[in-house]
Parts: sequence; structure tokens; C-alpha cells
Amino acid sequence: MKIVRPLLLVVSFLICWHLLVQLTKVPHYILPGPVAVYLAFIQNWSVLLGHMGVTLTEIVLGLLLGTILGCLCALTMILSPLLKRWLLPVLVMSQAIPVFALAPILVLWLGYGIASKVAMAVLIIFFPVTSSFYHGMQRTETDLLELARIMGGGHASILRFIVIPNALPAFGGGLRVAAAVAPIGAIIGEWVGASKGLGFYMLHANARMQVDRMFAALILLAVVSVGLYYLVDFLLLKIIYWEKPRELYHE
Amino acid sequence: MDRLTTFTGFFKSRPGADGVATVTDGLSQTGKTGVRCRSISLTYDNRPVFDRFSLDFEAGACTCLLGPSGCGKSTLIRIISGAKDIAYRGEIQLVEAEKGLSVAWMSQKDLLLPWLSVLDNIMLGAKLRGEGDETTVEKAYMLLAKAGMTGDGHKYPPALSGGMRQRVALLRTLMEQRDILLMDEPFSALDALTRLRLQDLSATLTRGKTVILVTHDPLEALRLADRIVVLGGTPATIVGDIRPGGVAPRESGGPEIVKEYPRLLKTLLGGDGA
Repeated sequence: MKIVRPLLLVVSFLICWHLLVQLTKVPHYILPGPVAVYLAFIQNWSVLLGHMGVTLTEIVLGLLLGTILGCLCALTMILSPLLKRWLLPVLVMSQAIPVFALAPILVLWLGYGIASKVAMAVLIIFFPVTSSFYHGMQRTETDLLELARIMGGGHASILRFIVIPNALPAFGGGLRVAAAVAPIGAIIGEWVGASKGLGFYMLHANARMQVDRMFAALILLAVVSVGLYYLVDFLLLKIIYWEKPRELYHE
Repeated sequence: MDRLTTFTGFFKSRPGADGVATVTDGLSQTGKTGVRCRSISLTYDNRPVFDRFSLDFEAGACTCLLGPSGCGKSTLIRIISGAKDIAYRGEIQLVEAEKGLSVAWMSQKDLLLPWLSVLDNIMLGAKLRGEGDETTVEKAYMLLAKAGMTGDGHKYPPALSGGMRQRVALLRTLMEQRDILLMDEPFSALDALTRLRLQDLSATLTRGKTVILVTHDPLEALRLADRIVVLGGTPATIVGDIRPGGVAPRESGGPEIVKEYPRLLKTLLGGDGA
């Protein structure tokens, strides 16, 4: 059932798509059918794969860098309440600026290469990562800290053995959000200015009315994003082994 | 010569200036004092919890603090543990304490870490201080065996029942090898039968240590205590001081309990001001 369910979903989606195109007779430059997209996919396979590699690199680098920076920021805020009072408002205010509005500036500063896209992805995931990790650590039970104090634990070891593990389930929630939105950052960056990547390829194909190619790139991007999300989800379930996923209500 | 660790309250106390006699009666089992509370005063929410309250806890004996909710029993335990967030006036002395690390604490909640196995939970103190080695592991296994949990070391807390979890918490407390054990209603969240079993285990394993046990349950106090101190009133004062006699754990229907129970209840009810 585990494999049958998504397969069934994909097949029924493809059939609906095909029927929609057949029945409404939409022109192919508005909505190509699944067969046309499949053909475009086969014909441009190696080109698509090259662009996918670039986009995937941007997403993964952005995810890694954003997670590291977010964790460092959260740790700083936990260790120094004084710095927290200055950092937290800045962090919240930074969320009021739409990241999309920053894309042209980032491209201007960091160039057409991979750096500006990585920076976009970092900017997008920084807040969910920092906020989830910080609040996860802050939610450590007072009695637990009291126990650790009486046992004679130092700051560093209390952080390592109690506070950080305690934050991991909440942090996992933030990291899942990050994995889901990181591709947005990379694609927006590519739209504003790039010569490689799936976002660039989609814009390029769109301008030439090659809508079938655009859809092929779109589907590839979706597959990459979903794959990345499930990889992160899988790793988190392994790392946070003590929290078993469960259903709140029965079917 | 006793080694002394002294916590002095938030405000400097003036020993001897307030003229309150300490409750000492020389009836202790070892004749020595384990924990000395001198002239403790503290207020909570503008309500005086203690006003120049003094009490000595005998070394090597189990003293139960009994009294109505909110009378300050748990607060007293917390300031003995050296909590820094409670401002009080007065002096706490831990006799024969080394480097201030002389107490172990057990609360009503088991406080087990779900990401550590039972064995690692028991050794948490050593881990936090960075001093775990083979003898620590050996000692943890020995304690597990004493508690009848030989095969359970590798299990994780979510797989254990409430009684088992609290048993692990007791072992974690004993693992600290402290002279003074502070137990804050350690068995109150358990069902009656499990509670009886854990009281027996606890009484056996903590024999010879200075135990300060806070409880709501008069029967628990009568089963476990060498001395029962009943607190009551605002600010709290000692309204009863009972020594049940015999050796803990006493049988629930034993003669000492049958004899003392009515008197203890009367004291409790009287101390409640009802």
C-alpha cells in the first residue's frame, strides 16, 4: 500500500490532465498534454539534467549553510540573553521584508553565479530554522535544569546532554519547513539573473513558447523538491529516534 | 572536625540576633546533624512562608516533612538544594559536605530523558560532570540488579510503566552517592500498590543516608520516617514532631503505625487551622 498509494495518485493525475487537454482542446502553447511533456523530457534529457544539477547544488548548499547559521544564531541567543534582546527584534523585522524583493539586489551584489541563489535560499530558511531551534531549547523543563544543576553539570554539558536534545523535535519541524521552501529561494534567484539552473531553463523555454519543455523542467523540480523533503524527513526520524510519529485520530 | 558547607541567604543573616531556639533534642540515631537550617525567613507573593524558622535534620536518618499544600515544604527542600532563584534570609549548613556537591534530588516527576537508555539515565550525573568510566557502568548495573531491573538497562523510558520510571529515577538519585537525599513527594504520582513497593525499595536502598522526604501522605511518613516533622500555619511553624520508633519500612498495619496514625492525623488537621 505504501508504494501503491502515491503511484495511484500520480497515474490518476496524469489521466485527468490528459483528458482535460483532449476535451477542452487547449492550444499546446497554453497547456501541453502529458505525452508532449514526456517527449520534451526525453529529447532534452541531458540538458535538463545539467540544469537540475546546478539547482540541486544551490538548494543543498543553501539548506546546509542556512541550517548552520540558524543554529549558531539560536545558540547565541540562548547563551546570551543580552545579545538575544538585540538579535530577536532584528530577526523578526527582517521577516517583514519580502525576500523576493531582495533577489535583484543579491544578484547585483553576488553576481549571476551560484552564490546569489545560495544566499536567497539561506535567507528564506534562516528564520524557521533559528526560531524553531531557539524556542525548542527555551522550552526545556525547569525541573530538568534544576536536576542538572544539583548534579553539578556545567553550562556546556547541560547544553549538550539536555537542552539541545530537548530542542531537536521542535527543530525538526523547522528543518522540514526549510527543506520545503529552500527550492523557492533558488528558483527566484535564477529567475532574476542566471545562466544555469532549472529556473533559468523554465524562463528561457517560456520566452520561446516551448511550454512542453517548461513543464518538463517544472516536473523535474517538483520531483527534486519532494525527494529532498523526504530525505530530510527520513534523516530527522533517524536522529530523533525517541519521538515516534503517530496519528492523533484513527481513520 | 566537621566540614561545613554553608549557603547564606540573599540578605546577610545576623546569627544569634533573632533569638529563636533551634529544635534539637539529641534523640537522633547518629547523634550528628546532617543539615542545619538556621533562622530562615522568606516571603512569597507578599505572604510570609517562613519567619525565622530553624530546624536540624539528623545525619543518617530519614526525616519526613509533612504538612498541607503550600506550607513551604518544597521551598525548604529547594533552598537546601542551593537553588539560586529563591531569595531568603538565614543560613543553611550542610555538615560534612564537600565542594557544595553533597545533595541529590528526586522529584515527583521522574525527569527521565527519553533520548537516553535506562542505563544512561541512571548515569546522567556522571555524564554531566564528564566523569563516567567502567566503574560507573558497573555501579549502575549493580543498582539495576538491586532494584530488580537487571534486564532493563538498554530500554528507553517511553517503554516503561510509571512505577518503573520512578524506580529508575530513584536509582539515578542513589547513583550520585550523596550523603544527603532530598526527596520531594517522590511517590505521590504512583498507584497505591506500586507506591508501597517503591517505599520498601527506597527505605532499603537509602538506609544510612540523611534523607529529607517531603510528603502529603501521613501513612508514607509513618512507614518511612525516623522522625516526622509536621509543618503548619502561615508563616510555617513546627506543629508536630513524632518519632514512630522501629525500623523503616514499617508494615502498613504494624503496631507503630496503628499507634501513631490517629495522633498524626489530629496534628495535621490542627496544623491546617481547620
